[in-house]
Amino acid sequence: MVPRLSHRGQNSETGSLKNVAERPLVQLQHVSKSYGGVRALKDISFDLLPGEVHALLGENGAGKSTLIKIITGAHPPDDGVIEIAGHPVRHLTPAIARSLGIACIYQQPALFPDLTVAENIALRLEPAAAVRRVDWLARRASARQLLQRIGAEISPDAEVRSLSMPEQQLVEIACAVGAGARVVVMDEPTASLTQKEVQLLFGVVRELQLGGVGIIYISHRLEEIFAIANRVTVLRDGASVGSYPVGAVNEASLIRLMVGREVSTIYPPAEGAPGEVVLSLRGIGCTAADVSKVTLDVRAGEVVGLAGLVGAGRTEFARVLFGITPADTGEILMHGRSLSIRSPQEAIANGISYVPEDRRRHGVILDMTIAANMTMAIHRKLFPCTWLRFAAEHRLALDYIRDLDIRTEGAETPAGFLSGGNQQKVALARWLATRPKLLILDEPTQGVDVGAKAEIHKIIRRLAKEGVAVLMISSDLPEILGMSDRIAVMRSGTITTVLDGKSDAHDVMAAALGQAEKGRAS
Amino acid sequence: MKRHFREVSIAVALGLLLLFLAVAAPTFYQPQPLLSLLAREAPALVVACGIALVIIGREIDISVGSQFSVCSVCAGLLASMHWPPALVLTASIAVGALMGTVNGALVAGLRLPSIVVTLATMVTWREGLRWLRQGVWVDLPDGVQWFGLSQAAGQWTLILLALLVLVMMALAMKHLSAGRFVYAVGSDAEAARLAGVRPQLITFLTFVWMGALVGLAAMMNVTQSPQVDPNSGTGLELKVIAAAVVGGVAISGGRGNLWGVFVGLLLLACVSPALTHLHIEAYWEKAIQGAIILLAVVADGLRSRKEKR
Repeated sequence: MVPRLSHRGQNSETGSLKNVAERPLVQLQHVSKSYGGVRALKDISFDLLPGEVHALLGENGAGKSTLIKIITGAHPPDDGVIEIAGHPVRHLTPAIARSLGIACIYQQPALFPDLTVAENIALRLEPAAAVRRVDWLARRASARQLLQRIGAEISPDAEVRSLSMPEQQLVEIACAVGAGARVVVMDEPTASLTQKEVQLLFGVVRELQLGGVGIIYISHRLEEIFAIANRVTVLRDGASVGSYPVGAVNEASLIRLMVGREVSTIYPPAEGAPGEVVLSLRGIGCTAADVSKVTLDVRAGEVVGLAGLVGAGRTEFARVLFGITPADTGEILMHGRSLSIRSPQEAIANGISYVPEDRRRHGVILDMTIAANMTMAIHRKLFPCTWLRFAAEHRLALDYIRDLDIRTEGAETPAGFLSGGNQQKVALARWLATRPKLLILDEPTQGVDVGAKAEIHKIIRRLAKEGVAVLMISSDLPEILGMSDRIAVMRSGTITTVLDGKSDAHDVMAAALGQAEKGRAS
Repeated sequence: MKRHFREVSIAVALGLLLLFLAVAAPTFYQPQPLLSLLAREAPALVVACGIALVIIGREIDISVGSQFSVCSVCAGLLASMHWPPALVLTASIAVGALMGTVNGALVAGLRLPSIVVTLATMVTWREGLRWLRQGVWVDLPDGVQWFGLSQAAGQWTLILLALLVLVMMALAMKHLSAGRFVYAVGSDAEAARLAGVRPQLITFLTFVWMGALVGLAAMMNVTQSPQVDPNSGTGLELKVIAAAVVGGVAISGGRGNLWGVFVGLLLLACVSPALTHLHIEAYWEKAIQGAIILLAVVADGLRSRKEKR
C-alpha cells in the first residue's frame, strides 16, 4: 500500500513535467469502487493527456475493466473525483460520457450484424427520432467520409456480418471519430487480430494521436505497449502500482510490477508425495476449440494448477478433456490405458469430473433442489432401476451438506436460493459423489467470498490427500501459487511451460505472457 | 404450499366456479351431460399430458392437432377394414409415434427450433391429409363406437383411461430418472449436458412420446362417434398448450407438473357448459378462456419479477 502513494506523487510529476501547458483529458483522483464486499478499485488516480497513448496493464482481475467502466460512466465510483477536460463531473452516465467525447472500443465490437456499415454508423451518430425521413444518400456519404478519414477501406453498404473482426473494430473507431471523441478506450483491441491487422490498427491509432485524441490502451501483449504507448499505468489488486513513461520501463520490470506482491492468504499445505500417474495426455488437440498439442501428466494426490491469461485456452482445454468438444488429435491415457472421450458421459464413466466455470450458468441447475443437483451425475449408480429413491438421495445430500459445510435451510431448497460459494459447493458435491479419479476445476473460487474460498481450498486439498488427481484452472495467481504442486502455463491454446510448485508469481506471469525463454535465461 | 402456489390457486378457482354453478345453475350437475363433457375432454387430457412434458423440456409441439387428425383418419380407415380394436389402437399409436419421431429427429438431431419444425409438420400433415382424403368423413362399422359397450360404460372407460395416463405420467415425471432429466434439460440444457445427461436424446424421446400419446388420444376420440371427422384435431394444439400454461407449466421450461395441467384443462373445459347453463351467449366462451390464460401469464410475470428483486 505505502509504496503506491509515493509512486503516484512521482508520476503525476512526470506527467506534468512533460506537458506543462496541457490539461488532462481525463483525470481520476482517489477513485474507489467495491462490488458487494469486494474492493475492485482502491484509491486510484489516473490521467490521460491529449495526443497520448496511455497503456493500462495488470493481470486478470487487477481492476482494468472496472477502471474502464468508471471512465465510460457504466458504473459510478463509490468515492473520488472524475474530471473530464478539467471539469469535475459528478454523475457520469454512459450518455454523458459519450457527449463529453469518451468512446470505448471493445474486443468484441458491439455492432448490429444484420445492418450495413452506414446504418450502424448512423445509429450511433444521427439523433434518435422515431419518425423522420432517412436521407440515405447523406447517410452513406457521411459514412464513406468517416471511413476514409481513418484510412479504412470498407464499403458503407457492406453488411457488418460480412466484415472481419478488425474491420468491425475500424467501424467502431469510425463511430468514435464521427462522434468527435477526444478519448478513445481500446480494450484488448488486438486479441483476435493478425500481425498485419495490428499494424493497420496502429496506423489508425497514430492518426488519432496526431489529431490530439487521447487513447487508453489495454493489452496483455507487452511488445505492443512498447510499440504504441507513451505511458503505462500498472494495476495490481485494484490499486495503481504507478505510471511510467514507456522509456523508463522494460518487459522484465513491468512483469515485476504486475505481480510483485506477497501471497497473503494462507493455503493448506500439501501432504504426502503424489502417487502414480492418473492422467497422461500426449499431444492432444482439437481444431474446433483452438487447442493443440497439449502434453501433461497429472498424478494421484497432486494439484496441478493451470495458469494463463484470459483467452489462453484453459477452459477450452478442459472442455476437450471432458469430451464436450472431443479431441481430434493426440492420445489420452488414464492409468496407462488409452481412452477416447467423445462425450461427457464417457468422461464421467472413466472417472473424470468437471466443475465448469461460471457456475451461475452451468455448474448447477438453479431451478432444481440441492439434493437433485447433487445426484445428477450418479443416477445410474444410485438409482439402478431408474426409480428415484428419495430417501437415499436425501441422505446423500445431507452427508455432503454436513461434509462441505453448505449453508442451507435443507436438502430440498432450490440451488438458486444459495449464495455463490454454497452453489459452488453443491457443484463440487455433485462431482465428489461420482468418486472421480481426476477432478477438473474451472475457476473454483471465482466470485466466492473469502471465507468460502478458504473452505473450498481445504476441500480441494483434502481430495488430493484422498488420492484424487486435481487439475485446477484459475486466473487468481495467488491461488495458483498457493494451491498447486505443479503449475502448467497455457498460452495460445497449448501448455507452453510446466513449473514446479515453488515457482513465484514472476515465473508464472512471464510464462503466461510468452516471456518464458527470456525469463529462464536470465 | 409456496412451491405449489399455482396448482393450488387454479384448483381454488375451479372449486369456486363449481360452487358458483351449484348455486346459480344447478342444472350443470346433471350426470349424463357431465359424463359426456368429461369423456369428450379425455383425449385432450392425454394430449395435454404430452404437451406438458414437451414444454417442461423447453420445446413446443404445435403439430399435435394435425397429428391427431391423421391418427383419427388412420384409425377410422383400419377399423372400417374390420381390424380388431386392439390392433387399430396399436396402429394409431404407432402412426403418432412415427410423426413424433419426425419432429424429434428434426428438433433434436438437426437442432432446429421446435416452433418452426412443428409449424412445418403441422401444415404438412394437415394439407397432406386433405389432399389424400379430400375431407371425406370415415364411416365406422358397428362395434367400434364405445368399444361396443353401452355409452355410459364407454365413457367411463375413456375417462378412466385418461386418468390412468395422467397418474402414470405424473408418477414417472417425479419418480423416474427420465422425468428428472426432462426437468434438468428444460431448466438448463447445457448444465444438464455437463452433468452427463444427453439433452438431445431426451428431447427426441419427448417428441416421440408426445406423438404416441396423440395416437392414443385419437383412438379415444374415434370411439366416441359413428363417424371420423378428418378435422377433429383442429385447434387442439392451442387448447392443450393453454391448459398447460394455465396449469402452471412455465413456457420457458423446467417448471410445472401434470396435476396443474389436469386442473387447468378442467377449468378451461368447464367454461363452455357453464355459460350454457348460466344462459350467457356462447360467444363469450373464447373471450373468457383467453382472459383465464392472460391472468395466468400475468401472474407468472408478476411472480418472476418479484423473485428477481
